[in-house]
Amino acid sequence: MKEQKFTITDETGIHARPATLLVNKAGQYESQVELHYNGKAVNLKSIMGVMSLGVPKGAEITITVEGTDEEQALEGIADTIREQLGE
Amino acid sequence: MVKVRTQDLLDQFKLELIAGKDGVHREIFMSEISRPGIEMTGYFKYYPKDRLQLLGKTELSYYFDLESSERTDRALRLCTDITPGIVITRGLEVPEELVNACNESGVPLLRSPFKTTRVISRLTNFLEAKFAPFTAVHGVLVDIYGIGVLITGQSGVGKSETALELVKRGHRLVADDSVEIRQEDYDRLIGTSPPLIEHLLEIRGLGIINVMTLFGAGSVRSYKKISLIINLESWDQKREYDRLGLEEETLKIIDVDVPKITLPVRPGRNLAVIIEVAAMNFRLKRMGVNAAEEFSERLTTMIKQEKTGLETKVDLDIDID
Repeated sequence: MKEQKFTITDETGIHARPATLLVNKAGQYESQVELHYNGKAVNLKSIMGVMSLGVPKGAEITITVEGTDEEQALEGIADTIREQLGE
Repeated sequence: MVKVRTQDLLDQFKLELIAGKDGVHREIFMSEISRPGIEMTGYFKYYPKDRLQLLGKTELSYYFDLESSERTDRALRLCTDITPGIVITRGLEVPEELVNACNESGVPLLRSPFKTTRVISRLTNFLEAKFAPFTAVHGVLVDIYGIGVLITGQSGVGKSETALELVKRGHRLVADDSVEIRQEDYDRLIGTSPPLIEHLLEIRGLGIINVMTLFGAGSVRSYKKISLIINLESWDQKREYDRLGLEEETLKIIDVDVPKITLPVRPGRNLAVIIEVAAMNFRLKRMGVNAAEEFSERLTTMIKQEKTGLETKVDLDIDID
């Protein structure tokens, strides 16, 4: 299992559109991808789950990836986050 | 983990704040409530000072019988720096010494007009719900004929679509995609929706839809006890699926084992109907009617007859009236 921490720098936090991008990205991989925030974990492949967290700007999130293509998956998701949401 | 403060009790219940208002933001760490009866006699060795304290008629009438110096002493020792609050029930008169001690130490002193036992049970229920173990699960929770069915499975397998059809057939949606589950007592799992996505359903190609405005208030519920898990998975040729329904699989959520059914998904299989029947069959089993077991017994009897028939060489073709 691989995990990486990110800080959200986008002004609106993980809002609907960026959430969609993130979920679509995660959906391209076989691995189980989870987003952890504030003591809750949701499946990163589920749009409603991700949006239900209401992650604001400045929040620290952790992405965990488990599966056969975990390395590529984490890399791909990290790229999307860096482009759209934060660092 | 949620933080519970004495202020939450004030907001939730009909309590009057008498003294120690500096301490209303003190945190309550456990659901147990202490009735300091033995402490009133001066024995503080095992005083559970970090719990909410409750003074009823018995404790207070004993307290009023004490000497003035003893009263001051007990009041001071009751009010420690971590005691989250003292509740006086039945709207009883509040001893002056206690008011002073509470104001000094910042322990909130609250008063309720209700009877002690009622106050205890309501406070305990409230605190237990707050401190209940909690988890979030990826899945859809639907109330089908009164059975809380949690539909799980890989993303994209068709959980939300199945839920939509179930709602269309008159069942009620509790939560889509992310179900928050808390354990009440030792064997009850209660599922709710995260507030942000309550009543919403995401259908690929349509986007987010509001089930309540589309189908009416009767099509949703805010919480439901989870009794059955249905796991949807893509049909796997090599995997063996349950053909009889004699064994019951379970899945552990927090500390509770929940019966689980694995349903293979294949084009042309009407999942909503199958899940509906699964829920009904589950209900029937709980009422004591088990089709699989009954069949198995019938088969056993038949085989036994067949065997004795063979041994005694009775011609089974002859009709017996």
